[in-house]
Amino acid sequence: MGENIRISLRGIWSHKMRSFLTMLGIIIGIAAIIAIVSTIKGTNEQIKQNLVGSGTNTVTVMLTKDGMPVSENGGDTGGATVPELAEDDRNSLLSIQGAENAAFYHSRTYVDNVYYLNNSLEGDTIYGIDQNYLDAAGLQLKEGRGFGKVDLTDSRRVCLVNDAVADSAFGGDDPVGKVIDIQGEPFTVIGVVTSSSAYEPVINSETDYYMYMSSGTSTGAIYIPDQMWPVIFQYDEPQNVLLKADNTDDMTSVGKQAVDILDAAIASDSSGSLSYASQDLSQTASQLQQLTSSSNVMLIGIASISLLVGGIGVMNIMLVSVTERTREIGLKKALGAKKRAIRAQFLTEAALLSMIGGGLGVVVGIIMAQLIAFVAKIPVAISIPSIFISVLFSMAVGIIFGLMPSIKAANLNPIDALRYE
Amino acid sequence: MLLDLRHIYKTYGDGELSVPVLFDVSLQMEKGEYVAIMGPSGSGKSTLMNIIGLLDVQTSGDYFLDGQDMAGKNDNELSEIRNRTIGFVFQNFNLMPRETAIENVALPMMYAGIPRKERLERAAAALEKVGLGERKSFFPTQLSGGQKQRVAIARAMVMHPPLLLADEPTGALDSASGKQVMELFGGLNQEGTTVLMITHEQEVADFAQRQMVIRDGRLHEKGGASA
Ligand SMILES: Nc1ncnc2c1ncn2[C@@H]1O[C@H](COP(=O)(O)OP(=O)(O)OP(=O)(O)O)[C@@H](O)[C@H]1O
Ligand SMILES: [Mg+2]
Repeated sequence: MGENIRISLRGIWSHKMRSFLTMLGIIIGIAAIIAIVSTIKGTNEQIKQNLVGSGTNTVTVMLTKDGMPVSENGGDTGGATVPELAEDDRNSLLSIQGAENAAFYHSRTYVDNVYYLNNSLEGDTIYGIDQNYLDAAGLQLKEGRGFGKVDLTDSRRVCLVNDAVADSAFGGDDPVGKVIDIQGEPFTVIGVVTSSSAYEPVINSETDYYMYMSSGTSTGAIYIPDQMWPVIFQYDEPQNVLLKADNTDDMTSVGKQAVDILDAAIASDSSGSLSYASQDLSQTASQLQQLTSSSNVMLIGIASISLLVGGIGVMNIMLVSVTERTREIGLKKALGAKKRAIRAQFLTEAALLSMIGGGLGVVVGIIMAQLIAFVAKIPVAISIPSIFISVLFSMAVGIIFGLMPSIKAANLNPIDALRYE
Repeated sequence: MLLDLRHIYKTYGDGELSVPVLFDVSLQMEKGEYVAIMGPSGSGKSTLMNIIGLLDVQTSGDYFLDGQDMAGKNDNELSEIRNRTIGFVFQNFNLMPRETAIENVALPMMYAGIPRKERLERAAAALEKVGLGERKSFFPTQLSGGQKQRVAIARAMVMHPPLLLADEPTGALDSASGKQVMELFGGLNQEGTTVLMITHEQEVADFAQRQMVIRDGRLHEKGGASA
């Protein structure tokens, strides 16, 4: 074996140019695969950093019917009574390992009857929140004050707005003290909240993701005491739950456990068609990551075709090599080489040729990945498994495409080979 | 008896294009004999040598090597028998051009599965024996014709085969180099190696104990035919 490797390396080295050209197909194929896989990994890394690493670690748990959140399908529960969430439920949610805070809230998107003077705030989201909400959502007070106990218990008509509303709706005036008209009821703005990072963007596709990433702003939000919710909105919407997890890795498991606890509570309520579902950004991130990965499967397919062409190149050059070395093969057989020894020699050469090509391809691929990462401003994420797989794969390509020439060599008749001119 | 060929016929090709080369050739050689075969060009000397060397197969007739019938042996079995039993010396040396002298000599031992260290030791000793101890790591292109042939002889003998086959070993050499080669053959024969040599030159054939002639594909004892 060592001898075969030594002889093969010398053979490859003695035809440097030819060997290099033969390897080129393999080099390009492997480099493309490494670059693509690393770029996918880098993009995924970035998605995770942007979405999940933003630090809010919030998990939303919503009541759903047939997979749709009830709060977003017009309150259709199919006749089942909407479960009430109480302090007991909150305590059991807080007992979940990794859960730091829990809040109950209502929310409604695209409400049309919201005005500041004659200025419509249509398109903003209205939240009915409890005293835990701001903390659980990772929101901070920027101006004015938050809800006090009295605001909540006395159902005062007060509200908070976020940056986006504060910036756009009040024509540059300080929003604190102004009165917003929601569904015909006047609400006094008592504070402005801000989040250190964009919270809960609605992302259903890569396009949304990139829009969200490039805009960097969140949509408008108006917060009112949850006790006011039934006053301004008529139908009986379910409350949603917002959980804050200790850290990013716990988000999904905290959400799952919360779903189990809340589902157990409504199971006694029978009906059966309602269930809770959790959503956190790490889930959104992994969905997005799948999206980027699947669209790149095609690119990998193209790279594989290049590898196939490279393999055919190896086969071609090995056939040439067998012809060139016919006399040598005849001599070796005369000296006692069995078929296996001849086969092994040519297989070793084919495998080495494409493995060296694969190795060079890995180097080129890493350089390409670094360049792409630099230009596209994504993190460098070289996929280590893809390097090993590539080298093994290129070796396999060499063996597969070297098989036919090496069998041809091994089956040469010694006298015909020795006489070959 | 080391070699026993009985009624060997060889015809190249078939049908209308067939070329009959050997007719009813029989040859017996005892262990330790030294035989030279002569004959005009195209008479079938190399053809016979290749059949004896198990590189080619006769069209009909029986061949026993060291008492074993060679009929029905497969490619791998024949390789193994060549490796252990037969040393080849060719007119054109047939050295591996990209390998050094010592690697060339070590090659047959690789196919016998001998470890590399031992291969190199034995190859070095064999090169010493043919007077090329100083040229171990020379490539064939750096050696003279006579030196190349001595490397080839070292390679042929490194496995200590009982039979040495040489097809015009001096054909490409000047007379001084040819004489060195003949001295080596004589020495090997003294040590017990059976030598079968093809040559055009009477002076070379005279080194053998027994001379034979092929004419028109038929083999005769030299003395017998002319007497
Ligand atoms: N593969 C082949 N196919 C057809 N005919 C062949 C083949 N090999 C040899 N011959 C013929 O067989 C005959 C004997 O050839 P061979 O090589 O045995 O001669 P030789 O006695 O060794 O001659 P020389 O002294 O020139 O080497 C020649 O007529 C040659 O043309
Ligand atoms: Mg000849």
